[in-house]
Amino acid sequence: MLSERNLKKLDEMKKYYQTSQSLVLPALWMVQEEHGHISEDAMKYVAKLLGVPFGHILGVVTFYTMLHRKPIGRHHVEVCTNVSCMLRGADKIVEHLEKRLGIKMGETSRDRKWTLSEVECMGSCGTAPMFAVGEEYYENLTPEKIDKLIADLERK
Amino acid sequence: MEKYLLPDIRDLHRIDVYEAHGGYKAFRKALQMKTEDVTEEVKKSGLKGRGGACFPTGLKWTFMPKQSDKPKYLCVNGDESEPGTFKDRQIFEFNPHLMIEGTLIAAYAMGGSISYIYVRGEYGKWIKMIEKALHDAYAKGYIGQNILGSGFSTEIIVHRGAGAYICGEESALMNSIEGDRGYPRVKPPFPAQNGLWGRATTINNVETISNVPLIIDRGWEWYSKIGAPKYPGPILVGVSGHVNKPGVYELPTGVPLLEIIHKYAGGVPGNKAIKAVFPGGSSTMVLRGDQLEGVCMDAESLKAAGSSVGTAGLIVMDEDTDLIKVIARIAKFYYHESCGQCTPCREGTGWLWKILNRFENGEGRWEDIDLLLDVANNVEGNTICALGDAAAWPVQSMVRRFRDEFERRAKIPRPKVLEAVAV
Ligand SMILES: Cc1cc2nc3c(=O)[nH]c(=O)nc-3n(C[C@H](O)[C@H](O)[C@H](O)COP(=O)(O)O)c2cc1C
Ligand code: SF4
Ligand code: FES
Repeated sequence: MLSERNLKKLDEMKKYYQTSQSLVLPALWMVQEEHGHISEDAMKYVAKLLGVPFGHILGVVTFYTMLHRKPIGRHHVEVCTNVSCMLRGADKIVEHLEKRLGIKMGETSRDRKWTLSEVECMGSCGTAPMFAVGEEYYENLTPEKIDKLIADLERK
Repeated sequence: MEKYLLPDIRDLHRIDVYEAHGGYKAFRKALQMKTEDVTEEVKKSGLKGRGGACFPTGLKWTFMPKQSDKPKYLCVNGDESEPGTFKDRQIFEFNPHLMIEGTLIAAYAMGGSISYIYVRGEYGKWIKMIEKALHDAYAKGYIGQNILGSGFSTEIIVHRGAGAYICGEESALMNSIEGDRGYPRVKPPFPAQNGLWGRATTINNVETISNVPLIIDRGWEWYSKIGAPKYPGPILVGVSGHVNKPGVYELPTGVPLLEIIHKYAGGVPGNKAIKAVFPGGSSTMVLRGDQLEGVCMDAESLKAAGSSVGTAGLIVMDEDTDLIKVIARIAKFYYHESCGQCTPCREGTGWLWKILNRFENGEGRWEDIDLLLDVANNVEGNTICALGDAAAWPVQSMVRRFRDEFERRAKIPRPKVLEAVAV
């Protein structure tokens, strides 16, 4: 389930941690990076790999909002609606995105290209409003900028 | 003033550039000092934590056991999730070696064998930058075994979070590193006695740790003279909301809030009046625009004004701001981020959000105004960690300082007398 490269990396990380349980989060990140989400089979795999009960893994996966148990769209658009972004027009950004993508907050498009989520403060309050797609941050957004970004991402 | 944390030097994130500007000099100097003297220097400098709780850094270090047959640890807190806070990210991007150098000095002073830089999961891009910087510092022999021939050995690794504000709370952070859910622990015992895997651990914020090389390099006396005497040093002030030039500004502590807003952040768009500000992130008590005269970005001054310095994330709201909408959104945040371990926090944050939501929708009742205070007061101080307080403070202060807004928005119940007439 995990690539040789990542298994080797996990092995190298062992020396930094007192227990193999500490590798749960790094291992789950690797699974998600390789497979896009963390299935039940993947959780069983990680449980076995690290010698940690399955129930523990499930507890961890459900605790952290960035870990997904279900596949999501190819482009995951995460819009911050917290206070600093709200003050600079996050509502309008949300509205525009919903209209442009044809989906509502929390939905994935039928072609699985887009998932739209509302998120808490992303640490971009000084460049608000913003959204992230994957690890990329898009800041100081305007409707025009969004249209261009969507067109660019559509092609990817 | 001269900038120390984020100086205007091109490519400072590169180790060769950092070294060319005196980088790792402080660490070399520290390695020549006795470990207690390093801690003493930090203690005398007056540096206080920039992570929100404002605790004296040197004093915290002295809580670590001197002799121990077990390894000791350091956690550098880069979870940075408090709404209105975006400063640590600047250090990761523009001056990561300063943070690494500070971490090394702290590890040396406390005898730390491994340091964990805990970074919020959303900062994947910045994690790669930190990892690159760590890689280069390892290659130059600043981290690892027998560093620079001193006999001192220590390791540094980045640990990535996965989306949970609560993991910024120090004990939740340790549980997260241990591969558990980010549940805060009951204190005492404190981390210096019983931290990661039950061993002595110290947790410091990214910006706090990045101040350490300055203190060692130039001495505590020099440092203690920067800014406000009881809360000295350079500070990264993040200004957001209704200002013309939002962003992170490095200033000495003690600059008046109005000067920060008007001189540095370019004033309020359309020259509108300031209705309110959160001086240090969304969990600090809100201040009215008309009470800002003379209030400074300094722990003492903000305390006197009825708030706190928090993370120095200054959120500005102009005269047209719907404060009910603002506070309802903030309440929703704390409700969403409560880990659910303690009943007052789990239930109380939900109640606060629901009641504020009623006001937002024009359904608020007159008696709800006092109910908000009642619920908030029952959360405050009755929980395992300070998230409960963080949820209560903005609501309490908003109701107390802007009661008129709530009264105006309340759906006033029909007076009893009229009801009698109707019958
Ligand atoms: C709910 C909650 C969230 C917190 N989040 C952070 C954070 O993101 N970063 C941080 O440095 N400190 C955070 N803190 C404060 C830490 O518990 C701790 O006091 C701090 O990291 C200590 O570092 P300092 O002394 O250098 O400030 C948080 C506290 C609470 C209660
Ligand atoms: S105060 Fe809230 S966040 Fe903190 S431990 Fe209790 S329930 Fe969890
Ligand atoms: S409030 Fe949106 S990034 Fe901070």
